[in-house]
Amino acid sequence: MKAAVIVFPGSNREGDMALALEQATGQKPAMLWHADHELPSGTDLVVLPGGFSYGDYLRCGAIAGRAAIMDAVRAHAARGGLVLGVCNGFQILCESGLLPGVLMRNANLRFICKMQHLKVERNDTAFTRQYAKGQVIEVAIAHGEGNYEADDATIQRIEGEGLVAFRYCDANGVLGGAANPNGSRNDIAGIYSGKRNVLGLMPHPENLIDPLVGGIDGRALFESLAKAA
Amino acid sequence: MKARVVVTLKNGVLDPQGKAIEGALKSLGVEGVASVRQGKVFDVEVAGADAAAAKAQLTAACEKLLANTVIENYQIDL
Repeated sequence: MKAAVIVFPGSNREGDMALALEQATGQKPAMLWHADHELPSGTDLVVLPGGFSYGDYLRCGAIAGRAAIMDAVRAHAARGGLVLGVCNGFQILCESGLLPGVLMRNANLRFICKMQHLKVERNDTAFTRQYAKGQVIEVAIAHGEGNYEADDATIQRIEGEGLVAFRYCDANGVLGGAANPNGSRNDIAGIYSGKRNVLGLMPHPENLIDPLVGGIDGRALFESLAKAA
Repeated sequence: MKARVVVTLKNGVLDPQGKAIEGALKSLGVEGVASVRQGKVFDVEVAGADAAAAKAQLTAACEKLLANTVIENYQIDL
């Protein structure tokens, strides 16, 4: 598994992401700058980390979504390569057109930073094979704009094609109500592209890989990726 | 040539910021405010004097970057 992490001005989770990738794959990922034009040859996985790229100017992820390196990321995704976007990375994937929909301001207008339960919708993808289907995991969320919205036709397509990756839930796996932290449609915390080789999610699995910092429920995502290529 | 681009949320898209402003106006005692929607204004200096060309360039700017057409409409005033 050869991974590359893209760093934008204002990214701040790239170090955490690199640690999680190295722990699972045994290899340090390549760190690329937004102004680069090419991925290292043989790259299996491209990761867009969290942060506040370009200070969230214009819209979250809007300017990063049009950065020079994103043409290479789009080409990588088009040939079936794996792409993971976390938090601001998810916002960038939506703005770049690699995933449908948009992340709006949280419904309660607050920046939310807390532990959150998620339900794993399917475990037959490159990102989730080491989880069980329907498994409830606990990971961290930290965002002000994580309220997933799309038009009704898009939501219907996402649901119909099984493209929801994770949903917000409570500790017992129950959806809805207070278990949805930000107002996302259908409790959506993460979605796949049509071919399920691109995943965007708001929560931070890369921060839950060490018992010392509160849990290891994020590890399985990186272990799944390590075994995927 | 000076141009102004106004980007607003489409009807039906929840605007929590507009709602918060609306609430603040009400708590300030400003009367007669039925609802508030927040948008963005871009003042753009366009090179050249060809209005049709400027309109085409600004339309491209809106489609490519200034507006997210999933949730936003844009209006170009020259």
